[in-house]
Amino acid sequence: MKLQELVDSLSLEVKTAPSNLTKEVTGGYVSDLLSDVIANSKKGNIWITLQTHQNIVAVATLKDLSGIILVNNRTPDAETLKKAEDEGLPILVSPLPAFELVGRLYTLGLRCQ
Amino acid sequence: MNAKKTIEGVFFLTGKDFANVGVASSELKAILEKMGIDHDIVRRAAIASFEAEMNVIIYTPAGMMRYKITPDHIKVIVEDIGPGIEDIELAMTEGYSTAPDYIREMGFGSGMGLPNIKKNTNELKISSKLGAGTTREFVINIKKE
Ligand SMILES: Nc1ncnc2c1ncn2[C@@H]1O[C@H](COP(=O)(O)OP(=O)(O)OP(=O)(O)O)[C@@H](O)[C@H]1O
Ligand SMILES: [Mg+2]
Repeated sequence: MKLQELVDSLSLEVKTAPSNLTKEVTGGYVSDLLSDVIANSKKGNIWITLQTHQNIVAVATLKDLSGIILVNNRTPDAETLKKAEDEGLPILVSPLPAFELVGRLYTLGLRCQ
Repeated sequence: MNAKKTIEGVFFLTGKDFANVGVASSELKAILEKMGIDHDIVRRAAIASFEAEMNVIIYTPAGMMRYKITPDHIKVIVEDIGPGIEDIELAMTEGYSTAPDYIREMGFGSGMGLPNIKKNTNELKISSKLGAGTTREFVINIKKE
């Protein structure tokens, strides 16, 4: 599944790197603890979090994640946006809380893999 | 792979420099990828060096990360100038963290960093002196098949 399909199906707001929505999503991981994401996310995963600090871009880049979805309409910090744009990392925003969003991603076929 | 060569380098790390979080480990990762090293080895080296880099940035005023890539292994030595770790065994325990609240709010402080380093490396040595700083050295073997 491509990031663009998630954007369309879940009406996500695209904050950065729209040209990289062609990236393939291999699965998903939900966590607000960075070391947990570093340890357990997989390459190409979409990461669901409420963290908005620029460190999330560093973690996503390190783990070759396909993108980040911020839940609850969280606003990414200005530095986060700049860094994500530089790295070509799509940051997407959903109004849904994590539980609801992940339920929908699961229904779309994404798994923790 | 540039199998015959040894490649060395150093990155300098500044405490609380959150704008440059991950820069050193990302660069190391890019170097390893460019050398054509196996993806899983690169992943493990990137995780271990990122966690070490993060700890220096969060807990210390400054430090440096040196790396040496030989045909057999990747060796990373991360030194910092303090405050040192009083009880290394305790610090290595999964879930143990002294991260202050503002650090936790950024998503750090699950006490998984040092265990993550341990899990992803073939050798890990940590030595520390209170007031003087911490040195951790780890090795990731590059397997030959
Ligand atoms: N370079 C260092 N200097 C001083 N203390 C350190 C250093 N690195 C780690 N520590 C101490 O060891 C503890 C455990 O470190 P570890 O990386 O495992 O977890 P953490 O940084 O607290 O959380 P996480 O890495 O999951 O975000 C830290 O909370 C801190 O007290
Ligand atoms: Mg840590």
